[in-house]
Amino acid sequence: MNIIVCLKQVPDTETQIKIGSDRQSIVTDDIKWVMNPYDEYGVEEALRLKEKHGGEVTVVGLGPKRVTESIRTALAMGADKGILISDGALDGSDSLAHAKAIAAAIKDLQYDLIFTGQRGVDDDLGIVGATLAEALNIPQLSLIVKVEVAEDGKSVKVQRPIEGETLVITSTLPALITAQKGLNEPRYASLPGIMKAKKKPLAEKSLADLGLNSADFGAGARKMKILELTPPPAREAGKIVPGETPQEKAAQLAKLLHDEAKVL
Amino acid sequence: MGDKRIFAGGEFLITDAAPEEVFTPEDFTDEHKMILETAKGFIEKEIQPIVDKLEEKDHDLVLSLLAKAGELGLLGTDVPEEYGGLGLDKVSTTLVAEAMGTAASFGVVYGAHTGIGSLPIVYFGNEAQKAKYLPKLASGEWCGAYCLTEPGAGTDALNAKTKAVLSEDGKYYILNGEKMFITNAGWASSFIVYAKVNGQEFTGFIVEKDFPGVSTGKEEKKMGMHGSSTRPVILEDAQVPVENVLYEVGKGHKIAFNILNIGRWKLGASAVGGCKGCVTEAVKYANGRIQFKVPISSFGMIKTKLANMAVKTYMSDSMMYRLAGMFDNKLETLDAEAKKSGAENAKTIEEYAAECSITKVYGSETLDYCVDEYVQILGGYGFCAEYPAERYYRDSRINRIWEGTNEINRMLVPGTMMRRALEGRLNLLPAAQAIAGELMTYSPLSVQLPDTPLALQEHMVKMSKKIALMVAGVAAQKFGPNLAKEQEVLAKIAEIIIEIFAMESGLLRTLKIISKNGEEKAKYQIEAVKVYVDEMVPQIELWAKQIVAYVEEGDMLRTQFAGIKKLARYQPIDAIRLKQSIAARIIELEAYPF
Repeated sequence: MNIIVCLKQVPDTETQIKIGSDRQSIVTDDIKWVMNPYDEYGVEEALRLKEKHGGEVTVVGLGPKRVTESIRTALAMGADKGILISDGALDGSDSLAHAKAIAAAIKDLQYDLIFTGQRGVDDDLGIVGATLAEALNIPQLSLIVKVEVAEDGKSVKVQRPIEGETLVITSTLPALITAQKGLNEPRYASLPGIMKAKKKPLAEKSLADLGLNSADFGAGARKMKILELTPPPAREAGKIVPGETPQEKAAQLAKLLHDEAKVL
Repeated sequence: MGDKRIFAGGEFLITDAAPEEVFTPEDFTDEHKMILETAKGFIEKEIQPIVDKLEEKDHDLVLSLLAKAGELGLLGTDVPEEYGGLGLDKVSTTLVAEAMGTAASFGVVYGAHTGIGSLPIVYFGNEAQKAKYLPKLASGEWCGAYCLTEPGAGTDALNAKTKAVLSEDGKYYILNGEKMFITNAGWASSFIVYAKVNGQEFTGFIVEKDFPGVSTGKEEKKMGMHGSSTRPVILEDAQVPVENVLYEVGKGHKIAFNILNIGRWKLGASAVGGCKGCVTEAVKYANGRIQFKVPISSFGMIKTKLANMAVKTYMSDSMMYRLAGMFDNKLETLDAEAKKSGAENAKTIEEYAAECSITKVYGSETLDYCVDEYVQILGGYGFCAEYPAERYYRDSRINRIWEGTNEINRMLVPGTMMRRALEGRLNLLPAAQAIAGELMTYSPLSVQLPDTPLALQEHMVKMSKKIALMVAGVAAQKFGPNLAKEQEVLAKIAEIIIEIFAMESGLLRTLKIISKNGEEKAKYQIEAVKVYVDEMVPQIELWAKQIVAYVEEGDMLRTQFAGIKKLARYQPIDAIRLKQSIAARIIELEAYPF
């Protein structure tokens, strides 16, 4: 079975994010870029399915040249081919435009399953998976923690947790799955894998290569606009409850919880 | 990767390399970066969560972790592909070693296994030995160990008493003796053992755990590295097949000393990983610890500590990868045939013996400095085993002792370089002689430095080299061959040379960053070089003067003092403010900043 994994590059989750002077973007100077962790679950699941059912795993990324590093990481983990959609005209595009470009890169490929992360950990929008499934006219199975492909390779059974219960869904293939935490434990790229990845094909496509019009992309074509980014409020300093004895402290605490915090 | 200029060992003292001629972490390929990520990921997920458990020396646990590391290829970076390894460059090996610096005792298991436990076979084994042992070692199926030290033969390694005698049928060497402080002894399957054939010819053997007559003694109770196994290895009429002689009878010293060279610089690389960990852990604590209603990281003395730790680590880091690059360039000149020849390999590794000693001393002492300040920043908590600082502190100490004590390594730095000068391999003498002439006309007041960042520091590194050559020359002239016995003098010459290599490695790396990314992006690295050179120049001047004060007297002494003073002329800069800036960066990032 042939599987496509869509991959986004995001700031490392340990990066300290600083908001830029335009108040609409973040400062990218010191950022370490990594593969979106939810996409990593997608890569891992695709590799496990390939190991079981055979076939090929293709990784599709979108963005500047540096995204190549994350695609190479996926290739080092064991994926077979990479495609990078890279075009200056994509700068400032929204998620809808991204999905459109990815759909154009995927539509002529042979595939049974597509994985995306359930959301990118950068803007947390979770739009690309749904939009992509819509553009390709295939079912979308979102927030999935378990995937079983039928022996005949024609359908898939998946699990999605909801409020402590589990929803079990079957779907025909091809289908798109958005990966949720818990789906698997992604492997590391092994050193032999890293060296092999060097020789694996990685094609770069511009919007024109995909038959797309640059005018439909970029900041000007955004349907969603970011008005302002604000940092989370600074944590207020704690308060030490006064009192000589435990009894006094407890009484003071109860008073504060009632009068100030208003939780009692 | 630069233009692959190949430097002779020790040449840095007389030749100023250009930034593009040295390898630096800025030259990492995508593969290098991924290798580091994999190694770090392995340690974060597999080792760090069970660090306390590791301290219990659970054999099965250690061997299973070794096998996992083997599966990822982490054990095979130096092993050729045809023997189950990856045959990667030395930079890759250095990256894995650096990552292992945060793996507590497992780093020791790894270091002894992949280094001294496997490399003797990689570089000196014959085809059959490589085919038999390397795949098992690269996969982690077998753990390797190295048996050189004996109760009476520590630094004086060639004084080994372990004896090998050919059996009557000529099929075996019968080994008798006891080896001491053998890392991995408790769980190793193969040992590289040194013994003297007929009590004379120092020879390496590959000894399997299950050979008749091979056993291990009691575990040592150690100050640190509790999760590593350290035992004596006892050979009582041990039967070692003649085909297990490594390299050639009587050439064990070639193996022993060259393998130690590599071990030294890998130890340095591993120490760099530990240092970076200390800086990051220390600043996290300092940012969170509130005293007098403010984080202690806002105090100047804590800032100084953080800056000092990071700056020294930057120098150490820069020299490790510089040396890795030097090895890679040199090894690339060997063709496939030469790579299989023990003699060729020995020659290549031996080339950078002095640099290996330098990286060992500097790396281990920088780590000791960092763990000490790490404990100090944590105060009382640093002294309690609940925090990792206490373990870091204990674990670090051994690094100044093994792979050749820092004392013998200090002797080796000037010793190796001066021997090469006498052999005509290194042109130290003409360079030293030229200085005397130069000094007559040289005036530091007329020096015009270009208006480039770090021009002053470049100049001071050059002057420091001249000081080193000058005092080494003075000492050599005075003592002749007896200089080898003047340990106090040699140690100070070594200090000067080590600091020159440190300053220059940091300087060249920073100049490379400036030319790649611009001055603004190199702000903190520039500050690091400035404060380091600022501290080292007066120090070097003092060491130099102490040497000549011992060697010369009267007018000659006054002339030498004047010469050193001229060369070392330097106006201190505002290092306090620069360190505040570096510290602010560390505090902001909550991590090692370079």
